[in-house]
Amino acid sequence: MSRDPDEVGGISDPDMSESESSTTASRRSFLKEGAACVVGACCVGVPAVAGLVAWLDPLSQDGTSGDVATRVATLDALPADGTPQRVTVVRGRSDAWTRDGAVPVGAIYLRKTGERAVQALHSMCPHAGCFVDYQAARGVFFCPCHDSTFAVDGSINDPHSPSPRGLDALEVELKGDEVWVRFRNYRTGIQQKVPVS
Amino acid sequence: MKGLISWLDNRTGMNGLLKEALFERIPGGARWRYVWGSTLTFCFVVQILTGVVLWMAYSPSAGTAWESVYYIQHEMTGGWLLRGLHHYTAQAMHVLLVLHLLQVIIDGAYKAPREVNFWFGLVLLFLTLGLGLTGYLLPWDQKGYGATKVATSLAGVVPVIGPSLQKLVVGGTEYGHHTLTRFFALHAGVLPGLMIAAIAAHVALFRKHGITAKQPYKKPDANFWPDQVLMDGVACLAVLGAVLYFTVRHHGAELYAPADPTQPFNAARPEWYFLFLFEFLKLHVLTDWFGHHGELVGAIIVPGLIAAVLAAMPFIAVRRHGHRFNLAFLSLLLVGAGLLTLRSIRSDRNNPEFQAAMSQAKAESDRVVALIQANRGIPRAGAAALLKEDPSTVGPRMFAQHCASCHRYDGHDGLGGVSKELASAPDLKGFGSRAWLAGLLEAGRITNHSYYGGTKFREGKMVKYVTTKLPKKHAADPSALEGMIAAVSAEAALPGQAVADTRDAALIEKGRSHVRETFGCTDCHAFRKPDDEASAPDLTGWGSREWIIGITTNPAHERFYGKRNDRMPAFGKEGRLSVSEMGLLADWIRGDTAPERVVAGMK
Repeated sequence: MSRDPDEVGGISDPDMSESESSTTASRRSFLKEGAACVVGACCVGVPAVAGLVAWLDPLSQDGTSGDVATRVATLDALPADGTPQRVTVVRGRSDAWTRDGAVPVGAIYLRKTGERAVQALHSMCPHAGCFVDYQAARGVFFCPCHDSTFAVDGSINDPHSPSPRGLDALEVELKGDEVWVRFRNYRTGIQQKVPVS
Repeated sequence: MKGLISWLDNRTGMNGLLKEALFERIPGGARWRYVWGSTLTFCFVVQILTGVVLWMAYSPSAGTAWESVYYIQHEMTGGWLLRGLHHYTAQAMHVLLVLHLLQVIIDGAYKAPREVNFWFGLVLLFLTLGLGLTGYLLPWDQKGYGATKVATSLAGVVPVIGPSLQKLVVGGTEYGHHTLTRFFALHAGVLPGLMIAAIAAHVALFRKHGITAKQPYKKPDANFWPDQVLMDGVACLAVLGAVLYFTVRHHGAELYAPADPTQPFNAARPEWYFLFLFEFLKLHVLTDWFGHHGELVGAIIVPGLIAAVLAAMPFIAVRRHGHRFNLAFLSLLLVGAGLLTLRSIRSDRNNPEFQAAMSQAKAESDRVVALIQANRGIPRAGAAALLKEDPSTVGPRMFAQHCASCHRYDGHDGLGGVSKELASAPDLKGFGSRAWLAGLLEAGRITNHSYYGGTKFREGKMVKYVTTKLPKKHAADPSALEGMIAAVSAEAALPGQAVADTRDAALIEKGRSHVRETFGCTDCHAFRKPDDEASAPDLTGWGSREWIIGITTNPAHERFYGKRNDRMPAFGKEGRLSVSEMGLLADWIRGDTAPERVVAGMK
């Protein structure tokens, strides 16, 4: 063992004289140093790991609520001319300790594309998550954050749009006269349409 | 006293510490250019003091955050002052940081051996930005919510770890309680803690290396105390003065309406000190050059590279012209950020849509305060619930969405949007009032697009009556028309006309007979008694809440237009609007929106 037993990580003990050092003392000292580090690491590590585990809890959550279809409108309630209609999605929602039976969780646009065909678009801009507003006067969806627009079918409408993709279409089911939609959020800022999960 | 001090000094060595702290030598004497660090420390102390007291009144959860901030701003004694100080001192810190950085670079105080201290300074800069970013979500108002949504989606574009990072920041997949608890813990615990540690290291290293005195010396050397301390104190006072000015001028800090993820918020903007980045991300060059990677480049890579250059400045300075490069780089950076900020402000100022959105946001925040005060508190369901049942908030939105494709409200769509197309149904501003009815009964106006101009009734009996018979009858008995109008309009019982209706009771009574006899309105309309023969809309209760709900439910009902209904959908019958929604719409059109009445109606 070539290292100076008096030196522990650059910290030297001035009280310990050179003459006291021997192989046994060095070994004992090394064991003590090791034990001190282990004990110290345990003391700090246990609460730190406990904190870390709890802090990482959100990673274990998944946003599978979108697999449930929600009734959002009736066919009659949608303008026949295909003008998008903003509809609030009302359904049960859990937020940490709160469980609500039926609360507004988001908004979508519904648009008749035929006698019995409906397109549903998410109201959230796929760029940075701002709320996209349908402007009837211009016939476009307008995102106020970066002044970009989307066509009435949700496709990108302006050449400089910062949005990586058009508005996200949601799965629509017609049950008789009722319009049901699988409402879910999609990741923003990327080209692929990936559900938040 | 002296004995106590010397006892304490003996046990603590405090005199030595104090001496070291106060009698730092300043070559060339005290100068104004050295004040920035002290003003920043002062600001931080203000933030700790105001922040801790705000903390005592703040409740971080989706159902209580806005509500508790409302209470601080509008109910607590001195709450607005406290909040304003915290809000504007935060903004002052960003300005002072830039000035401090500039002074350090210009004076060369970042060069060896002060590299590590310079890095601590940069760490403090980013911690301050982080405190700003985490701070403005906490009120959970529309602005903070929207701005943070953008900020956290930027986190999501970080390659590989983006989605997990976003989840950890947001506290799950959706915004909620844990977004607030996490942001609050960062804002009030983690970041200030790191900041205290970094400030301690920053000041200790500053003292170790001494001040980088600016050459040439103009005055003899001086001590920190009292020369520089006085200057620092005056500078801090000036900062405080500026902060107080803005605080008093804005009566605290702004608080927008409570966050509502189901409503568009077109006034969404980050705080002004992030506007440069916001505007930068809008630049077309990003999308033109990098396509859909523009976001990643603009929000992560470019700022990352800039931070890297800043951190490398002490090493760049060693090279030939290195210091000049650093100076030029920083100047360009600041000028660029300044220009982007100006560009953003100017484009918003010249954007009528943004201005309209801003005034709508302002009106909404005033409105929710009025409702809360009328209710003498916020119901447990939260402040957002109050707005959801408020006719003057919901009414115009519903009008814009359901009615404005045909009708107008004072020429616009209810929210201020003006369509290029002419209205195909009457303008409903003031519907039910005497003025509205008088306009309808004017030969020159009934065929305007603000009345029947765009409808098929343009060719109908009513228009014919108003343009031919009515003027003759009016000529024969000029006083009768006023009574008839007052009588029919009284059916609406508009709150805004209540005083006039009571005052003119005699006129209205007389007018009722004019409706039947003089003008023969009852030839087609029913009025105050059932009439099976009636072929035109019922005038009984015309313009009342119940009447408006009725016609909105089904205009083709016998009581209204029957088969002659012109294109108006049966909103209630078709299930497009619920009775309570139609009621809110009616209340708004009727001007029945006094906070006290609205709040009473909710119970």
